Amino acid sequence: MPKCADAPPELAALDLECFRGDRLLFSGLNFRLRPGQLMQIEGANGSGKTSLLRILSGLSRPSEGEVHWRGRDILSQRSVYFSEMAYLGHSLGIKPELSAVENLRVALALAGVSFESADLYRALGAAGLDGSEDIPARSLSAGQKQRIAFARLLACSAILWVLDEPFTALDVTGIARLRGSLENHLDQGGMAVLTSHQAVHVRGDVVKLALTGMI
Amino acid sequence: MWLFFHKLASPKYFYDIAGKLIPWLGGSCLIAMLAGLYLGLVVAPPDYQQGESYRIMFVHVPSAWMSLFIYVLMAVLSGINLIWNIKLADVMAGSSAAIGASFTFLALATGSLWGKPMWGAWWVWDARLTSELILLFLYLGYIALVSAIEDKRTAARAGGVLILVGVVNIPIIHYSVEWWNTLHQGPTVTKFDKPSIHPSMLIPLLIMALAFQLYYFTVVLMRARAEVLDRERRSAWVQELFGGSG
Amino acid sequence: MDAFYALLKRDLLLAFRHRGELANPLLFFMMVVTLYPLGVSPEVELLRRIAPGVIWIAALLAALFSLENLFRSDFEDGALEQMLLSAYPLSLLVLAKVLAHWLVSGLPMLLLAPLLGLLLSMPEKAIYALELTLGLGTPLLSLIGAIGVALTVGLRRGGILLTLLVLPLYIPVLIFATNAVTAASAGMPVSGQIYFLAALLVLALTLAPVAIAAALRISMS
Repeated sequence: MPKCADAPPELAALDLECFRGDRLLFSGLNFRLRPGQLMQIEGANGSGKTSLLRILSGLSRPSEGEVHWRGRDILSQRSVYFSEMAYLGHSLGIKPELSAVENLRVALALAGVSFESADLYRALGAAGLDGSEDIPARSLSAGQKQRIAFARLLACSAILWVLDEPFTALDVTGIARLRGSLENHLDQGGMAVLTSHQAVHVRGDVVKLALTGMI
Repeated sequence: MWLFFHKLASPKYFYDIAGKLIPWLGGSCLIAMLAGLYLGLVVAPPDYQQGESYRIMFVHVPSAWMSLFIYVLMAVLSGINLIWNIKLADVMAGSSAAIGASFTFLALATGSLWGKPMWGAWWVWDARLTSELILLFLYLGYIALVSAIEDKRTAARAGGVLILVGVVNIPIIHYSVEWWNTLHQGPTVTKFDKPSIHPSMLIPLLIMALAFQLYYFTVVLMRARAEVLDRERRSAWVQELFGGSG
Repeated sequence: MDAFYALLKRDLLLAFRHRGELANPLLFFMMVVTLYPLGVSPEVELLRRIAPGVIWIAALLAALFSLENLFRSDFEDGALEQMLLSAYPLSLLVLAKVLAHWLVSGLPMLLLAPLLGLLLSMPEKAIYALELTLGLGTPLLSLIGAIGVALTVGLRRGGILLTLLVLPLYIPVLIFATNAVTAASAGMPVSGQIYFLAALLVLALTLAPVAIAAALRISMS
């Protein structure tokens, strides 16, 4: 996997603007995120939180502006950026016909992470999915499916986590587990951007960004 | 020079320049069209083989040339848009589609009209007409795809990929259809053989080709200006143009 | 390359777990061919003449029919997004998907075709040529069709639009494949047509994955 170690890891948004159809969601958005920082994006439904996350992850293009990683536009270094960033969207990317292990195996292969079978079970265990690793994912609850995605996050070596409503569908233990992992991740020099409906207090350097929903 | 192109990519600058050019282009188009039609329909002598009915070639041939020219131009514009993300390129490509499709349709219709007095049939599966028909489907596919996608910029980029794939395929399709046609030649030989080109016929043909080119550029600039106004309706200069309450 | 094999295996596994549905495109293929004797004439000489075209047109339609789902389920459950965010080149991943699709949908058409040839009274030489053209042609249909699928993946009622976009691009394949089979029936050489199809296949293998990947990124943006 190509690694560009020229500049230190830093996520920068430069003058981002986003339209959804006729509506201007946000404009002139600027920020910088450094290792150890977590950005929490707040805003009402429809204010563009998911759109912003998709732009930051490189899935969508902004109508104006750029996203920079390690000082360079992400669109000009996709391979590097994608190997250092992990995105968890609304739709989890879990195939219902495959078991948790089978899903995780493909997800890690796509992410370029090398692993053994034992690692898969270990990651699923750490995510809180014990005992249901080999049944088809369609038989799992929403919270359990969330944990498969969570396991992928834990097993891959991404520096930046981009998470869209990661706490939804989790129960109290799940929330605690995820919060713990986030804090761990930040302590080790990782970064995260997330949106959340609930107020979840993560210990660490938390930056808040409010999308006010411009007309 | 580079600065000129950079400025041209700005919607407001384009709007102004296009506005100035349109009357000139339109005027020249009218002159060329009248000259071409006069020379072609009145001055040029009747063809020794086809009599008077060959004159439809003065519309048919330039239409066919334009249909292909516009498609290739759309491919170039789409390529520019995909590589350098220039909004104006995608506006121009989109505005050209309907014009290109119309020329293709015109070529088919005039081809059909040409064939009727000669061969008694409204349609023949001639290599050129068949290729032209497939080109029409390519245009219609592009228009259908672009209309089906809500976001205009995404639609233009998707259309761009389609047109680039199409442009690679055009020589392949053309070659295949030619080849197919030679296999199935009936007793009647090449139907739309241009009569041996005498200057009195070549000149009107070229003038008509020029007239059609000018027509295209006039209309595409008009459509592009309207599209630019629509896309930039929130910006200051458009608001100013329409008194600020748009 | 690990991601390529992982994705290939995944898609084959998914197809296997949906094996009840695998037969549908093949049944469609067969039904369309059956309509011709019923709708035109069961007269042997006529069927023999139109057989190459009939089978190939049915193959085109069956290919489009089966391609519609190439990216659909991945689009719906978010797996497609994860593919787009892979560190591996998207064109490579796309090639894995198209290959899996061809193995599951295209290859079986090759197995069914001789039977259909018999239904239409095709001579043996023609059936061999038919198999050869399908062997080269069905991957072409998958590759070219996938471009259309990628462009229409997020759209409602993308099916009809897909057909409109892709059929003009299928025409060269149709012309050369059917001609090869017809020529073979008459005992004439077919190497020219076969080389042409092979050249098209090589072109498609190099360019189509790039176009498909670009189209996917655009559709998902």
